[in-house]
Amino acid sequence: MNRLEADARHPVRFTLNGKAVEAEAEPRTLLSDFLRQQLGATGTHVGCEHGVCGACTIVVDDMLTRACLTLAVQVDGCDIRTVEGIAPSPDRLSALQRAFRRNHALQCGFCTAGILMSLDHYLSRHPAPTEEEIRELLSGHLCRCTGYTPIIRAALEAARLATSSEETSDA
Amino acid sequence: MKPAAFDYVRAETADEVLSGLTQEGGNARVLAGGQSLMAMINMRVAKPKLLIDIMHIKELRQIERKAGAVVIGAGVRQAELLAWPGLAEALPLVALALPWVGHAQTRSRGTICGSLAHADPSAEMPLALVALGGEVHLRSATRRRRMPARDFFAGMMLTARADDELIEAISLPVLGEARCAFREVARRHGDFAIVACAAMPTPAGIRFAVAGVADVPTARDWPRLEGSALDDALNGFAYELDARDDVHATARYRRDLVRSIGRDLIGEVLQ
Ligand SMILES: Cc1cc2nc3c(=O)[nH]c(=O)nc-3n(C[C@@H](O)[C@H](O)[C@H](O)COP(=O)(O)OP(=O)(O)OC[C@H]3O[C@@H](n4cnc5c(N)ncnc54)[C@H](O)[C@@H]3O)c2cc1C
Ligand code: FES
Ligand code: FES
Repeated sequence: MNRLEADARHPVRFTLNGKAVEAEAEPRTLLSDFLRQQLGATGTHVGCEHGVCGACTIVVDDMLTRACLTLAVQVDGCDIRTVEGIAPSPDRLSALQRAFRRNHALQCGFCTAGILMSLDHYLSRHPAPTEEEIRELLSGHLCRCTGYTPIIRAALEAARLATSSEETSDA
Repeated sequence: MKPAAFDYVRAETADEVLSGLTQEGGNARVLAGGQSLMAMINMRVAKPKLLIDIMHIKELRQIERKAGAVVIGAGVRQAELLAWPGLAEALPLVALALPWVGHAQTRSRGTICGSLAHADPSAEMPLALVALGGEVHLRSATRRRRMPARDFFAGMMLTARADDELIEAISLPVLGEARCAFREVARRHGDFAIVACAAMPTPAGIRFAVAGVADVPTARDWPRLEGSALDDALNGFAYELDARDDVHATARYRRDLVRSIGRDLIGEVLQ
């Protein structure tokens, strides 16, 4: 039985957006803090730290995951995707991100990283969602700015454009 | 909101979990999906000395269809049970109730057995276990026992599980053709229930179960009741549940929900 002692730091290795990363963590270090503070991946936001707001939502081994309810040592060996990984290249937004921009689906942006991860994950499995399904999915997130309507519009538009493979200009 | 310090073990076998629980007594906690435990640890409501992660133990990750029952292991996540092809046919009540447990983002990690161990009075899976008359399979380093649902829940977030015991699995009876009904009232879909109810026919009549009102999910068996006899039974039950006022709802509103949802669901299953 490999017991990781509380007051020591232990190596944690995983794949972050396709790249192998490694750093050290105490058992009590939350994955949200590990990403932001040890790895400098500050795209993942932290709101409530008890699983309610959804700001810290990421994808671990294909599962939507609250990073604030996960320990860094738990994800040793896992495959992790965060908002830094959803754009195809540093100078290009993904179709979903572009739809967010066109529809004003973000204002302060605090909730956005988590919501993008949930939607990106969901749309990849359900390419033709109903509004009902998007609302249901968004119940796992809090946004204090937008009133959700533009987020729903952006999600449905991104899905529609992806299936019809046409897209209007960004402007 | 950062956790106090603890040791962490990624267990590979159930035996490792059991020896850890025995050595540390009440200072060790099983870590399953973490969707309730980690929130409590972050708030320092819980300060365990040791966390034993059970999610890498293959033997606990099974859903087994047996004669007359489905056995769900401790490592089965809520999303996995929802996606299990046999669910609607074998466990229609669970198929109705499980989508109400939290959100897609928490069901992806949270387990069925973790929800039962946590024993929130509003939680849907404890309600389903009590309504169906399921059993909890408990195991320590020295003994194994099976406990019926009604004996397992001992109070608000309190169960009959001893500190050195792991919930290895639960079993839920397959009721055949019986028609089940479930309804929940919450602020938003995915929030904890203000009141959640389940109903199903029994050979002698009807069973009606309620969560979110008393400290534990509670079921009543009645003969086939109709009209004012049913109203009286529901009214008596609503008062016996000893509802309290809280920030979400008044006791009176909760009793009213029990009566009105009760009438609807019982009507639905007796049709
Ligand atoms: C935003 C949010 C909304 C939620 N809404 C709901 C809701 O509407 N309804 C609902 O029912 N739940 C809800 N939950 C809680 C639910 O998601 C949890 O999954 C569940 O309560 C606990 O399961 P878990 O696997 O995450 O257990 P953990 O959090 O890992 O553990 C919970 C407790 O059970 C113990 N435990 C876990 N597994 C075992 C085992 N096999 N043997 C012995 N002890 C064990 C742990 O030691 C701990 O004390 C919500 C959670 C969040 C974050
Ligand atoms: S910070 Fe994780 S859900 Fe709010
Ligand atoms: S854009 Fe500000 S919280 Fe959602």
